[in-house]
Amino acid sequence: MSDLLKMNLSELALALREKKISSAELTKAYLASIEKNEPRVGAYISTDARRALDMAIAVDKRRNAGEALSVLAGIPMGVKDNICTKGVATTCASKMLADYVPPYNAHVVENLEKAGFVMLGKLNMDEFAMGSTTENSAMKITHNPLDTTRVPGGSSGGSAAAVAANEAVYTLGSDTGGSIRQPAAFCGVVGMKPTYGTVSRYGLVAFASSLDQIGPLTKTVRDNALVLNAIAGHDKRDATSVDRTYGDFAAEIGKGVSGLVIGIPKEFFGEGISPDVKEAVLNAAKRYEKMGARLEEVSMPAIDHALAAYYVISSAEASSNLARFDGVRYGYRTAEFEDISELYKKSRSEGFGAEVKRRIMLGTFALSSGYYDAYYKKALQVRALVRADYDRVLEKCDVILSPVAPTVAYKLGEKSQNPLEMYMGDAYSVPVNVAGIPALALPCGVGEGNMPVGLQLMGKPFSEALLYRVGAALEDELGGARV
Amino acid sequence: MTLYKGYEMVIGLEVHVELKTKTKIFCSCPTTFGAEPNTQCCPVCMGYPGTLPVLNKKVVEYAVKAGLATNCKIANYSKEDRKNYFYPDLPKAYQISQYDLPLCEHGWLDVETEEGAKRIGITRIHIEEDAGKLVHDDVHGTMIDCNRCGVPLIEIVSEPDIRSAEEAKAYLQKLRAIILYTGVSDCKMQEGSLRCDVNLSVRKAGEEKFGTRTEMKNLNSFQFIVKAIEYEYKRQVDAIEAGETIVQETRRFDPATGKTYTMRSKENANDYRYFPDPDLPPIELSDAAIKALGDEIPELPDARKKVYMEKYGLTAYDGEVLTSDKAMADYFEAAAATTKHPKLAANLLISEFMRLVETESFSCPVSAENLGELATLVGDDVINSSTAKKLIKEMFETNASPKAMVEERGLAQINDEVLLGKLVAEAVAANPKSVADYKKGKLAAAKAIVGNVMGKTAGKGNPVIINRLLEAELAKY
Repeated sequence: MSDLLKMNLSELALALREKKISSAELTKAYLASIEKNEPRVGAYISTDARRALDMAIAVDKRRNAGEALSVLAGIPMGVKDNICTKGVATTCASKMLADYVPPYNAHVVENLEKAGFVMLGKLNMDEFAMGSTTENSAMKITHNPLDTTRVPGGSSGGSAAAVAANEAVYTLGSDTGGSIRQPAAFCGVVGMKPTYGTVSRYGLVAFASSLDQIGPLTKTVRDNALVLNAIAGHDKRDATSVDRTYGDFAAEIGKGVSGLVIGIPKEFFGEGISPDVKEAVLNAAKRYEKMGARLEEVSMPAIDHALAAYYVISSAEASSNLARFDGVRYGYRTAEFEDISELYKKSRSEGFGAEVKRRIMLGTFALSSGYYDAYYKKALQVRALVRADYDRVLEKCDVILSPVAPTVAYKLGEKSQNPLEMYMGDAYSVPVNVAGIPALALPCGVGEGNMPVGLQLMGKPFSEALLYRVGAALEDELGGARV
Repeated sequence: MTLYKGYEMVIGLEVHVELKTKTKIFCSCPTTFGAEPNTQCCPVCMGYPGTLPVLNKKVVEYAVKAGLATNCKIANYSKEDRKNYFYPDLPKAYQISQYDLPLCEHGWLDVETEEGAKRIGITRIHIEEDAGKLVHDDVHGTMIDCNRCGVPLIEIVSEPDIRSAEEAKAYLQKLRAIILYTGVSDCKMQEGSLRCDVNLSVRKAGEEKFGTRTEMKNLNSFQFIVKAIEYEYKRQVDAIEAGETIVQETRRFDPATGKTYTMRSKENANDYRYFPDPDLPPIELSDAAIKALGDEIPELPDARKKVYMEKYGLTAYDGEVLTSDKAMADYFEAAAATTKHPKLAANLLISEFMRLVETESFSCPVSAENLGELATLVGDDVINSSTAKKLIKEMFETNASPKAMVEERGLAQINDEVLLGKLVAEAVAANPKSVADYKKGKLAAAKAIVGNVMGKTAGKGNPVIINRLLEAELAKY
């Protein structure tokens, strides 16, 4: 049974197809792993063994009936708790939605349902995806499975920890400013933030609509591409979903990096980066050079302003997106109130955590009459400059290489009292969302405390297949990415 | 209009019109009016977490048509914005509307009042979603009906060009007529598919600077609008004359008292924190697409009015009245085609029929052919106007042919001058007192004699001939 946990998605898919294993058997192995590991990891907000087994048995029946099934059929997985699942509580790790059960499935869940997925449960996160450690969850603390005194990263901390702890073959996360890539880096797994518009946001509880994107977290690069194949695609219910033909994201894996130009922007290696991270990432760059890629040092001056612009834009959008949680129709409602104004004030004061309130206030301020031009409008101008920087550099480079975060996973509680320091940790990941481009995070070595260091590969819009190719080349070179 | 204490009023109107699309603006729920509460809503229009809006293309098309019909410039590039505020009837806590780049701008329309013609500017027309409805009851308290959430609206904002309640009414009637012609809304005020906010300020006549304005919201009948304007005008003038300052505020008109009351002042006004809705891409329209929509608009009231004035010799005012409702104009044209007396048909329709038909939306139990026939009977002197009036009453009940009724009942007018001359002579001879009065200068005395003759002809005598013969007869005395 424990062998099953060591297999990656591609291997499991093959074994299932060849009926060497059944989905029920595989699901039981993962349920057992959850039972064993959850007490020290705490990746899941909710699990449902009965439902998971029923789903697995249903897939086995279809397979035994000779039906041609998706590569994801029968594979047990987990979903971040801000992605709506019909009939299954979707809490966003907030007291506000503690009992909220959506009446519909997110687009990605519909797609996975068609593929015959087996959902083990819903994963912990920072409340409404706001945070970098998953410590902002109103539900529980998630520990980094590699060192349980450390944070798993965030906001998709549960999604990364579950994969790293063998509590799911793959998981879905969401990435607004690094929320897939940073926890992937901290937990030593692979995470993809796809091009904005590649994966439908329909059913993703919005944090910052112009930045949010759903993506997969997996053990290997190829696995990641296989999951993205299933969830990407145009959806008429999301007006920002891009209508184009998405090919096989795994198609270019194995082609190597010979002849490719890899940009190394100096702004991602400046002040604030810890030496262990810098060393591991630059070593990875050298590996690429050895494999036949050409490294090119580039400069992207607008990047220095991306973080500030990100916090203005994301908070502004969040202040509006989260206004609907008012205690009137669903979610948390205060016990006693005199009038509608008090109902709003008390429900929102009691239902939201500190970080969410901080961002709502920040965003409300940035959009206020008299401040709009100085903050929101200026942030949009910076956004255009950041995009232009990427466009310019990606004209001459195939991909851009950088660290995902300036440090490896730090200790629980270390930064939770200092929001500004925590925000600084997002400096390398947010420019990608601001520009709307894709970025892949994968482990490239170890740093302080033997913790994994994450490498970030950024590319032109819709260049996911290339990023997977480049990522897989390093993964092969390092002899399997897992720590 | 006569000024009150030397002040003139300055009015700008904001009109909300519900578009007649089959589905809502951002989801596929139906828009039918009057359904059971909360039976026409879904996670999208109820603002459930994770849902997203997708713009209904028909809404843009309808709004563009309304814009073209009111002489607006249509934007090739516009966007949708979020207007943020908390209210229980607004599920997302923001309304998707348009802020700085509306779909239509810089339009106008011409109105005709008894004081003459005037052009009223239209600042802008933008698209937005409607909110839900709060229902209050003693048992359950306040409940929310989300059926109306996401029903598409256009907001039509006029320039502050209006100077009287009469003009405001004429503007609204004209606007309503144009919208009805384009077919993008049914403009039913009672059902709330046309609602009006009035912005009003006053200033000393001749003053150029605007006074401080107040806003009266959601007035839903022409009558209320006129009353609210008249009351608010005098209230502001009296307040200024008493040395008070007008405060910028929203006021509520109470139809029961005919007065307006403070709802909320500017200090308590919301900061709506408008910003571009990140869920919705900009709306881009090519000139060709705009032109194609323009080609779908039927002939509008002003064009028809011009035809009526030139071809049928109608006055501008009558032309305005007839074209104010497309159904009525269509009806008039059908009747006019069947008679050589179209102007008479217009007069009968405006002065007689209009009193008997529903005013909000024209429908008439009398067929257009029968109106034409009636006009022919009157125009050809077959019947007189009092007979016509009697016939109209019956036509409304049975839609019987007036010609057939005249023939069956022998109601044709008596034009026989010999017979009428004889009756006139007899009447004059029999009424020496009236004759004496007439001779003393009491011209009205002649009426009694005419009445006498009419009585003898059972109301069928041609009054024109009788009058002429009587004048000649009296001259003999």
